[in-house]
Amino acid sequence: MSAQDTGHQDTVERAAATPDRPQPHAELGLTGEEYQRIIEVLGRRPTDAELAIYSVMWSEHCSYKSSRAHLRQFADKAPPTTALLAGIGQNAGVVDIGQGYAVTFKVESHNHPSYVEPFQGAATGVGGIVRDILAMGARPVAVMDSLRFGPADAPDTRRVLPGVVGGISFYGNCLGLPNIGGELAFDACYAGNPLVNVLCLGVMRHEDLKLAAATGPGNLVVLLGSRTGPDGIGGASVLASASFGGAGGEGAKRPSVQVGDPFMEKLLVECGLELYAAGLVVGVQDLGAAGVACATTELAAGGGTGMRVRLDSVPLRDASLGPAEILMSESQERMMAIVEPARLARFLGICAKWDVLATVIGEVTGTGRLEMTWHGDVVVDIPPASAADQGPVYLRPAQCPPGQAALQADEPSRLARPATGPELRSTLLVLISAPNASDPGWVTEQYDRYVRGNTVLAAGQDAGLVRVDEQTSLGVALAIDGNGRYGRLDPYAGAQLALAEAYRNVAATGARPLAVTNCLNFGSPEDPAVMWQFTEAVRGLADACLTLGVPVTGGNVSFYNQTGEAAIHPTPVVGVLGVHDDVRRRLSTGFRRAGCRVVLLGRSEAEFGGSLWAYVAHGHLGGRPPAVDLAAERSLALLLTEASRRGLLEAAHDVSDGGLAVALAECCLAGGQGAVVGFPGRRPGEEFADLFGESAARAVVAVRPGAEAEFAALSETGGVPVTDLGTTGGASLEVTGSFAIPLEELAAAHRGTLPALFG
Amino acid sequence: MTARVGVITFPGSLDDQDAVRAVRRAGATAVPLWHGDRDLRGVDAVVLPGGFSYGDYLRCGAIARFAPVMAELVPAARVGLPVLGICNGFQILCEARLLPGALTRNRGLRFISRAVKTRIQNASTPWTSDYAPGQELTLVIKNIDGAYVADPATLAGLEARGQVLATYAGANPNGSADDIAGVCSESGTVAGLMPHPEHAIDPLTGPGDDGLGFFTSAVRALVSA
Repeated sequence: MSAQDTGHQDTVERAAATPDRPQPHAELGLTGEEYQRIIEVLGRRPTDAELAIYSVMWSEHCSYKSSRAHLRQFADKAPPTTALLAGIGQNAGVVDIGQGYAVTFKVESHNHPSYVEPFQGAATGVGGIVRDILAMGARPVAVMDSLRFGPADAPDTRRVLPGVVGGISFYGNCLGLPNIGGELAFDACYAGNPLVNVLCLGVMRHEDLKLAAATGPGNLVVLLGSRTGPDGIGGASVLASASFGGAGGEGAKRPSVQVGDPFMEKLLVECGLELYAAGLVVGVQDLGAAGVACATTELAAGGGTGMRVRLDSVPLRDASLGPAEILMSESQERMMAIVEPARLARFLGICAKWDVLATVIGEVTGTGRLEMTWHGDVVVDIPPASAADQGPVYLRPAQCPPGQAALQADEPSRLARPATGPELRSTLLVLISAPNASDPGWVTEQYDRYVRGNTVLAAGQDAGLVRVDEQTSLGVALAIDGNGRYGRLDPYAGAQLALAEAYRNVAATGARPLAVTNCLNFGSPEDPAVMWQFTEAVRGLADACLTLGVPVTGGNVSFYNQTGEAAIHPTPVVGVLGVHDDVRRRLSTGFRRAGCRVVLLGRSEAEFGGSLWAYVAHGHLGGRPPAVDLAAERSLALLLTEASRRGLLEAAHDVSDGGLAVALAECCLAGGQGAVVGFPGRRPGEEFADLFGESAARAVVAVRPGAEAEFAALSETGGVPVTDLGTTGGASLEVTGSFAIPLEELAAAHRGTLPALFG
Repeated sequence: MTARVGVITFPGSLDDQDAVRAVRRAGATAVPLWHGDRDLRGVDAVVLPGGFSYGDYLRCGAIARFAPVMAELVPAARVGLPVLGICNGFQILCEARLLPGALTRNRGLRFISRAVKTRIQNASTPWTSDYAPGQELTLVIKNIDGAYVADPATLAGLEARGQVLATYAGANPNGSADDIAGVCSESGTVAGLMPHPEHAIDPLTGPGDDGLGFFTSAVRALVSA
């Protein structure tokens, strides 16, 4: 039977008359209690269309029902700041960066779709986060990607990785957004559960800020962009159900991964920005997960108003779709705008200029109800906030897993260490050619970093740096970091270390860290051990943000990254945004000039828990991650920012995975100059801990010749310990007395790994 | 009098603002042109920027060649209006038969974004007169369909008539025939380039400023014309 056959639609009237009709709430992912709660809210059973709305809006993905109670800490512990123009709860946080500019940024996951269909899964992940940024009123100006896969040599990684990278490349490049960096990591725990986290940055003037609110009864609801099709029904939210709605069994076979059209998205971006600039938009919301259901409920709830929507007005790609499917469809490249009737003609004129389909599908009302009709029959009549904001909240049981103490007790001190110059030499070569530390050029060369002409730093640097104003050289730096091994050993410290690394990376460009976004990737929240990891990570991140004075502006939670009983490592991925007063003074990682003093900043301990060395050389994961010292992180960041402002440094690079040795190798390869370093008091062959330890709060810098005294004084004033290591120059990286590696050999080791694996 | 250089925006053009910036930095006035207008607004030269016009659906540049603005551009180019097509713009010029040959999928089948060495082969066109013959430039490629192809007779003819504008100086990045990075019309006024000169006008945001010469060449040619 056809869904257009209105005689068979489940209307509000029919729902009231048939209270006992069974409904497939369980197949749609709703528990019995949740279904009962809907009945209480409505005072009757929901219609099929209403059930569709609640099932997607109350899904974990949309409602954050397992995480919401914990995420409150980000607001409760937020450091005092005047920089935040919009915070958690909006599509993305908005930060004042001065000179009348504001930036908005957010990271989101597209993990599950990227495993099912790597190319489209990753591509539509880019599309979704870009629309979030556009919905705030900003022009999207850059993206970053944080990627994690199973073992680099696993057959399935050969399927997933090229597809994911190809999808990000395809969508981001076609959209004209420079990719300014990110992360690439491999671990067996991500086999079957790759992590694809994409960050987008947008720029606007303060007055351009838009909110997702349907205000002004009588204003029109306009759907913009692609036609609605059957793709991705329940894709991001719940599994599609064969028995659902009126469309029959055929619907179940349709793909649950959406298909992206970056060309349409580019038109939406340009059209949307022109509509904003012309003052024709009262409120706006992107259509992502849960599509029309999400946009209508959130806009109406955000405006505190009601809304009447004619679902049969939604332009379709497949005429057989019924109301429930239209509500749940996750067809890409769509937005919803609220427009004053008097301005509709101009609004539609701009849409026509950009060949963007725009359709009035309803209007804002003052009733406080979200009403939807299907060929005149009322099929939805709900309080919008009940779906958008008042979903269930669960405090799920959390318990430290029994193996955790044993894991932490399994110290890496028992592992055999290199003890001679030649052994240290080969250890460095092994580490910089390991997939986790090798040159990611195979990936990043597939991304356009140049488009828009404002990219100052991109992949291969500590952070991406984008110029915001060509006249004043104001810019924004962004880094995105995570470390699943640290998270596994201690989720509280692991989250803090991820934040600390991104914060340090932003400062290493000379920028001042200002705000935080995050993507919390975890296993199933129904597993108390995972829930414990999650609560620890959130608490750690919130505490550290408070200490460092950088507020969380928004983010994303991705649960259920697990196959059977095996969850991924707890992997909070943290993005830090900083403001750069003058991008012409940016610091980069490369040693480009000979004769500079090479100085290590920060205190070093022999810390190897969760280290790259333990993982690569021994396949070991145990002990405790490096100690967190947020005061030291703050001092280091202040020093790097001030030294950049005074022009004292030629290069700066944070020390993290693989320790100082890997950092030095990267500095040499990035700039083409070698270095000769030594460690006072060590006999040759004894430098293992100096070279490969992973103490946090450290960076290596090359000091501009002539600025040594001023930099030393500044370091002392700032309370940052300094160790003079040696000098830049020559064609090798040399540790005096122990070993030397010609840059050509370093480069071959560093750059050969991914091409050998992926072609 | 400053030269007026038009930059066409098609739906899906991406590097149009970069082209505008380069035109301005070369001292000319940048005039935005819209794909849907049959109007060149009296410009002295035109740049077709990079991007994915019309999503590159069907074939790169295949739909853009039918845009209303092209109905004005093609005859004007045939009688001497200087036109530079960069990347997608080059693809459009080939589809419009203003330039011979075609751009096909890169060897390796992947998108490639990196700085490349490019050698100027013909320094006597309006777009290259500020360079010396044989001069090596560092420019940027970023495309997935950048491999230049043409039949052997066409390639021989291009060579004989000096229509090879530029070649890749280092390793051929994408399998282009005869290492060709750019070609021009017989008169030299219509030029197509896969590498992006507009992304190499400032060492802050690109690999250097070697690309600015394409735009200053045009400005000089227009002012002295």
